[in-house]
Order: sequence, then structure tokens, then C-alpha cells
Amino acid sequence: MIMKITLSHTITAETVEWIRAGRISRRRRWLLVTGILAFLAFALCAAMLLLGNTIYPVRDVLAVLAGEEIKGASFAIGTIRLPRMLAGLFAGFAFGISGYIFQTMMRNPLANPNVIGITSGSSAAAVFCIIILESSRTVTSIASVIAGLVTSLLIYVLSRGKASFSIGRMILVGIGIQAMCNSMITYLMLVGEEHNLPAAVRWLTGSLNGVRMDELPSLIVTCLILVPLICMFNRPLMMLELGEQTATSLGVKTDPVRVLLIISAVILAAIATAITGPIASVAFLAGPIAVRLVGIGAANSIPAGLVGAVLVLAGDLIGQFAFTAKFPVGIITGIIGAPYLLFLLVKLNRRGDF
Amino acid sequence: MSFRKHTFQAKDLVAGYADRMILDHISLEIPSNQISVIIGANACGKSTLLKTLARIIKPVSGEVLLDGQPIHKIPSKQLARVLGLLPQSPIVPEGITVADLVGRGRYPHQSMFGTWSKQDYEAVAQAMEIMNITDLANRHIDELSGGQRQRVWIAMALAQQTDILFLDEPTTYLDITYQIEILDMLTDLNRQFGTTIVMVLHDINLSARYADYLFAVRQGKLIAEGRPSDVITSQLIKDIFGLDSTIIQDPISNSPSVVPIGRYHVNGTIPTTGGKVHVR
Repeated sequence: MIMKITLSHTITAETVEWIRAGRISRRRRWLLVTGILAFLAFALCAAMLLLGNTIYPVRDVLAVLAGEEIKGASFAIGTIRLPRMLAGLFAGFAFGISGYIFQTMMRNPLANPNVIGITSGSSAAAVFCIIILESSRTVTSIASVIAGLVTSLLIYVLSRGKASFSIGRMILVGIGIQAMCNSMITYLMLVGEEHNLPAAVRWLTGSLNGVRMDELPSLIVTCLILVPLICMFNRPLMMLELGEQTATSLGVKTDPVRVLLIISAVILAAIATAITGPIASVAFLAGPIAVRLVGIGAANSIPAGLVGAVLVLAGDLIGQFAFTAKFPVGIITGIIGAPYLLFLLVKLNRRGDF
Repeated sequence: MSFRKHTFQAKDLVAGYADRMILDHISLEIPSNQISVIIGANACGKSTLLKTLARIIKPVSGEVLLDGQPIHKIPSKQLARVLGLLPQSPIVPEGITVADLVGRGRYPHQSMFGTWSKQDYEAVAQAMEIMNITDLANRHIDELSGGQRQRVWIAMALAQQTDILFLDEPTTYLDITYQIEILDMLTDLNRQFGTTIVMVLHDINLSARYADYLFAVRQGKLIAEGRPSDVITSQLIKDIFGLDSTIIQDPISNSPSVVPIGRYHVNGTIPTTGGKVHVR
């Protein structure tokens, strides 16, 4: 619309080339890293199907996937390993991408669905269903999704001050609500019947154990709808990263974009949590790892989702096979996440961001 | 060479926060293709005025008109191709390269997928050459000094190629050398491309030197406007800052220069000054 290029300042072709070269090399790095991550996720998916008490040959695994009945293998792979693998892949992706959106939009590496209280709301509702109502897995899942959405809505409403929405306030309110939910969970665990406690604990830790095929469609469909939608808003998200004022002056309608992205991220986190429980640290680690690998100039939602999937799948394989006892994936990812959290706290403290 | 002209007006603007109004019925017209500076004491509403003009703050009543159209009715990307803003403390994503950051200024010109056209590359190259940061293109912005960073931010606003550019205290926190450098570069921009520049500056003497036109704000009201040599008087300085002063002629620029009078070190004689104040 406004072309002022032909006026008195002439641009040297060298500068254009220099900028283009930089962009191309960063683009190559993005493609390379994303490709490697996708390959890694694929390899881990394959390992999830191949490994177990019995190791079936690749031929049998492919045959089962193609729908053939093979005695033993059909049950082990079709009923146990495949749902487990799909849950890990999609929940990991959902946690990763949702964490990345929160962190980028709030410009705070500590922001993630945990801090925002979504997972604690979901967890409190799920524990209530398991311990007090003794309801079925399906009911527990639905209740946890609804509770997650309601909790985040509550936090959003409480963090809207008189003047405007504030990110810092949202994080603080989120931490407060999280503490309330956690105390409720502790109370429920204390009064609960002993035979219900293992289910509740497994749910709270985050685990792929016992995921059934019929639970998965909601998660998969949600991912297939929301992930492309999020990718369409990658560029406005990158502008939001520059702050409210810059984004507005670049022509981003900040309020609708922010609401749309937050709702997508919240739904993804809530649905994934309903199926696997809150797998610790994944939403928190995936974004920073992806950014570190890819560089910050590009939109990193897809790499962040892939890192999330890789973390969950690798964590689950480690939990299943690395030790004599079997651990749920949430314990493994929690162990990976804790040192990073400490590192981050030290770094932020040193920079004076608190 | 003729520049693209725009009329940019504010009509009876009232703006502020729920319990506290900051702008009190301000009407003005920004002179096209010139450098305007908004001056005033701390917390007088000058920054709020700038943000309301640059559509960051929605006015409670009144409206801002670009070429006669209310700006909130213009599609946001289309508006962003005419109107740019450099905020006072822009937020830097950690680890971003200079070229990528400047490139983000192209957002309103690009499609959803953000593919870079020839114009995008040329606009970014031009902006970086004007701001003299070409060498820094592939450096991380966290490695740069304050002055360099400010040049990168202005380059980003330049890459946006808007006819009107708002700047909220672009020289704050900079050494005097860089203040002059930035103001010279903005003047280049105005002279070469006819960019209409509207900024808030803290330093009254630099304002008087670099502005073609001044707007003086006190307690949310526009109390004077005009060319610096017409507007700046010791009475106006008393009105906006509550400070006694005498006005001399800046020997370098011939613009008015404010010499403050405190309680100490008053030894010379105070020359009397003329000048008209256009009081509203």
C-alpha cells in the first residue's frame, strides 16, 4: 500500500542478501530440528508398540495394526500398547503445545497449565470423583475436563482488575487457586477409603497405565481441530510476545487473539489431563526445550508439541523398562523437571525478575 | 518530491482509567509531514495522549480521526500500514536476532503464512541501513547496548513503513550522544520520506530544537500549541512545570532554550523574553 522504497535511499543488494541468508539458515535449522523431533517421536511410538513383556516381531506388529488377529499379540498390542502409545503421543503433544502458548503469551517461563490452575482444578475434581463418588473412568474424565475449564475461567475472572487484564495477577491468582485445590486433594486423600487411594494416586501422578481405546477419540479429535487452529494464529502469537502495545500497533487484535489461544490451550490441557492425569513438568519443559533447539525467531508451537510427545513417550518407556520396579511416566518427567525448575528460579532470581 | 499527506485529528478526547480520567476533552490536529512533540510534566497525561492517538488506549468519549475516518473503524492491519508506534519500554523476547525482530515490523504487510516478499526484504534492509544496524543483523538482541537496541526498535517501526510514526520517549535511558543520534535519525526520516512524527520527549530543550510543532499538556488539558519559538515562554514553563526560568536563544539551533532558575547559583541578570503564548 505504501511504497517509499524508490525514494532517495537506495538499498544495497548485499544487505538484502545478508538478511536473506540469515533467514534461510534459521529456516533450515527449524526444518531440521522439527524433522528430527518428528522422527524421534515416531521411533518412540514404534518402541512403545514393540517393547513389553513379550517382544513381538515387527511383522506381527504391522499385521495387528492392519487388523489381523494374531493370538496373544492382538491383545497385547491392540488393547494395551496401542492405546498407551496414542495417549502418550497426543497427550504429550497437547501438554507441550499448551504450555508453549501460555509461556509465550505470558512471557514467563514459569507460566504453564499447572500454575494457571487448570490441572489442579482437574485433579481435585477427579480425586473427588474417584474417592467420594467412586464413579467410572468416563465420568471422572468428563468431570475433570469441566473442572479444568471452570477453574481457568474463575482464575481469568478473578485476575481481571479494574483497569485491565494483568498477567502477573493471573499467575498469582493461579498459584492461590492451585494451593486451594491441593489442600482439597490432601483432605480427600485423608478421608478416602483405602481401596480407592491407589487409583487416585495414579491419577495424580500422571500415568498411561490402563488407558483404553474408547477414551482416546475425544483427545485425538480435539488435537486434530485445535492444533491447526493454533498454527493459524502462530504469527499473531509471535507479535503478542513483543507486548500488548507493539502487537496492537502492528495490527494484531490482541483481545480476541489472546482469548482464542488461551481457550484452545486450556481445552487441550484439560482433555489431556482427563485421560492421563497431570503428567508432571511436560507442559513446563517442552516450550523452553523447543525454543532452545529451534531458536526464537520462528513459531515454535509444532516443535513444542513434538518435544512434549517425545518427553512423555520416552518417560513412559524409561518408567516401564529402566528399573526393576515400574514407575508411571509422571514420576520420570517430574524427576527431569525438578532440576530445570530450580535452574530457572536461580536464573530469574539473578536477573531480578521476581 | 511530494509526500503523502494525511489529516490526523483528535476530537474532544476523554480517556483514562475507570476511577481516574487523565485526558480532559482534548482536541487537536497533528500537522502532516512534520515533527510534533508533546511536552508536559510527569503524570500530566502526555503519554496517555500519545497512546490514545496511537489507538493503544480506547477513549471514553471523543474520537481519533485518520483522514476523516474514526480509527477504530479502520481494519487493524490496514491501520497498521499507516500508523506505527514505538512504545516506551518495548518487550524483547530473549534470544531473538536483530533481523527477525526488525522483520516483525512487516507483519501488517504480510499474509497469514508470513511468506517474505521482495518488498519485505527491501523494507527490512532499508530500515536497517537507515538505522545503521546492518552489521548486527544476525546478532542476538540481548548482546546489544541500550543505544543499539533503541536503533533496532526504531528500525522495526521503520520496516512497518507507516506514514505516521508515534514514539513514546524514544531517548529515555540513553546517553546524550545517543539521544542526539536518535533524534537526528528521526529528522532524517522526516526530511527524506515525509514521515509524520509525533513523540513524547522528556527534555524540553531537545523538544524545542527538534520539534516543528509543540503540544503542551497540563493536567490532562492541552494548554498551548504551536511552533517552539512562538510557544516557549517562561510563563508557559511556569505553567507546565511550576518552574521559574528564563528563555534564551540556543546558539546552535536558534530555537528557544530554557534556562531554569533554582534557589541557588542565581548570579547573572535575567533577560526579559518575548514570545506569544497561545492560551486555550
